[in-house]
Amino acid sequence: MRKPLSVAMLSASLAILTVAAAQAEQVTFVSQGGAYQEAQTKAILDPVAKLLGITVNQDSAPDAWPVIKTQTATGKPTWDVVDTPTKDCIRGGEQGMIEKLDFSQIPNAADLPTGYKTPYSVAYEFYSSVLAYNAKKYGDNPPKSWADFWDVKKFPGTRALRNHPLATMEAALLADGVPPDQIYPIDVDRAFKKLEEIKPYITTWWTSGAQSAQLLADGEVDMEMAWNGRVSAVAKEGAPVKFTYNEGMLQHTSLCILKGAPNLPTAIKFINAAISAEIQANFPAHIDYGPGNPRAYETGKISPERTAEMPSAPDNAMKQVLVSVDWWSSSAGEEAMKRWASFIQK
Amino acid sequence: MAISSAVDPSVLHERREQRLILMLLAPALLVVIGLLIVPLCWLAWQSFRQDGGFTLAHYARFVSDDVYWRTFLQTFRIAFVVTVATLLLAYPVAYVAASASRRMSILILAMVILPFWTSVLVRSYAWLILLQRRGLVNSALDGMGLIDQPLILVNNELGTVIATTHILLPFMVLPLYAAMQKIPADLMMAGSSLGGSPAHVFWRVFLPLSLPGVLAGTVLVFVLALGFYITPELLGGGRTYMVSMLVSRNIELYSEWGAASSISVVLLLCVFGIFRLASMIIPFERIMGAR
Repeated sequence: MRKPLSVAMLSASLAILTVAAAQAEQVTFVSQGGAYQEAQTKAILDPVAKLLGITVNQDSAPDAWPVIKTQTATGKPTWDVVDTPTKDCIRGGEQGMIEKLDFSQIPNAADLPTGYKTPYSVAYEFYSSVLAYNAKKYGDNPPKSWADFWDVKKFPGTRALRNHPLATMEAALLADGVPPDQIYPIDVDRAFKKLEEIKPYITTWWTSGAQSAQLLADGEVDMEMAWNGRVSAVAKEGAPVKFTYNEGMLQHTSLCILKGAPNLPTAIKFINAAISAEIQANFPAHIDYGPGNPRAYETGKISPERTAEMPSAPDNAMKQVLVSVDWWSSSAGEEAMKRWASFIQK
Repeated sequence: MAISSAVDPSVLHERREQRLILMLLAPALLVVIGLLIVPLCWLAWQSFRQDGGFTLAHYARFVSDDVYWRTFLQTFRIAFVVTVATLLLAYPVAYVAASASRRMSILILAMVILPFWTSVLVRSYAWLILLQRRGLVNSALDGMGLIDQPLILVNNELGTVIATTHILLPFMVLPLYAAMQKIPADLMMAGSSLGGSPAHVFWRVFLPLSLPGVLAGTVLVFVLALGFYITPELLGGGRTYMVSMLVSRNIELYSEWGAASSISVVLLLCVFGIFRLASMIIPFERIMGAR
């Protein structure tokens, strides 16, 4: 009686072992946590894990950059794929902390326009720094452009900008009359000069997305530059808040792989699947950030209404400026970053 | 005199006691060395490194980059104002707590310590709700007809100072209370019986005797305020730039730990300097409230 049972148990455990071995292919994916990462779990990570039959482990870091540095410095990183601002991928690549991507193994990357990828990264999800305003305050005549934002006579009210030069300097140049296609390379002196004009009217230079949302929701500011997802979240809670994609600053996070990643081959497979049009088309159902693969809008998964709300939808993308990460990673961009704190303090 | 006999039993006893003390201290000492001293030394070492070689570049920025001295200036100014404000607020509270009945003083101290159990983050947000344009303070003042335009109380240095003062208040009250409690009431009575007015007795007897507490609280609050991060970040409106924020900015800006650690090394030296100065006036153990 006892023997067959133990044999059965042994074979059962063997079966479990083989299943485990078959599933052993895994990858560690890192994003910024919170609601954003939860949405990704449903939209991207779980579907990709199912599609490839792999295990996707998750970790999160609000700012991945210092961790990428420390992990690669030891030569034995534990992370594989990171969803992070493109800048981290580029400077990481240049400093030997990020793998150069073999695009022959990432066929889905062909769907992305050249501006959406670098030798080290592919676009993953899009967001936009938009002009948001209090709809109750401005009624039928809301500010529609950065020139309006700078016009304190025609549009009185308190204002906020992000405490960061990226996107803010682009807005200043647009307000100063620079055509959208001539923003880069940024004329740093001209941008700072224009920013000096609006500086006395800026109530708050916000540092976190949550702070920008709170400023709008509590009516602390009447208009501000904020990320589209934050603004729509505030609007959903019933605050009289609206925004325009006109002259928005289109930005995206990218996927890249740490140098010496423990699961490199799986990581590449993961990236290829994660940026496929089908999988990317899941994004809008879960969060207000747009797919990094423009062909996602052709899959029929995203309704026309939802498409209209997406920062990366072709119609919306047309009205915006694609932030040049190349420029911001250049030495001129870094100089502008260094000047920023001095501009704020004076 | 002690050389005469090789084995003096009292010396032996003292040695054994010292050994015991060392053994009892060992676990704490190891933790401090392993988790504090060693990382601090690593931090200091990093501040002299760049691309694997020795450099003073991270310190040269203190001279070349005007952001540095502006940030240090603003940080010390905020810490100073906060220290004065906490001292003015805490002294009467500690005085009442020290002279009240036992039950009453426990109640007062409990109320001082209670906010301690809430996180700094929550308390900073609470101040945001109170102080902002449509916050409680402005609506109340508006409701009473005292103001037409909302006062700008937050998203600037003022908001930072208000919240930091509130958060650090217990660090001033407790050392003051500890010092005041040890002042014998007899001394005050003696002063009065010799014809001193209450104000005179306070000025000539009580105040000087409470000075160790004042110094202890002042040093504690000042040093803690120097390192504040969350509160100025949330309530400073981006304009309030404290040293801790400069550290975090440099991590983002330069891809070198040294750029950030050099700042913390300088801040640490400032703190050591402050402790040294204070200990020249009153021994270190008294500042920390040991006796």
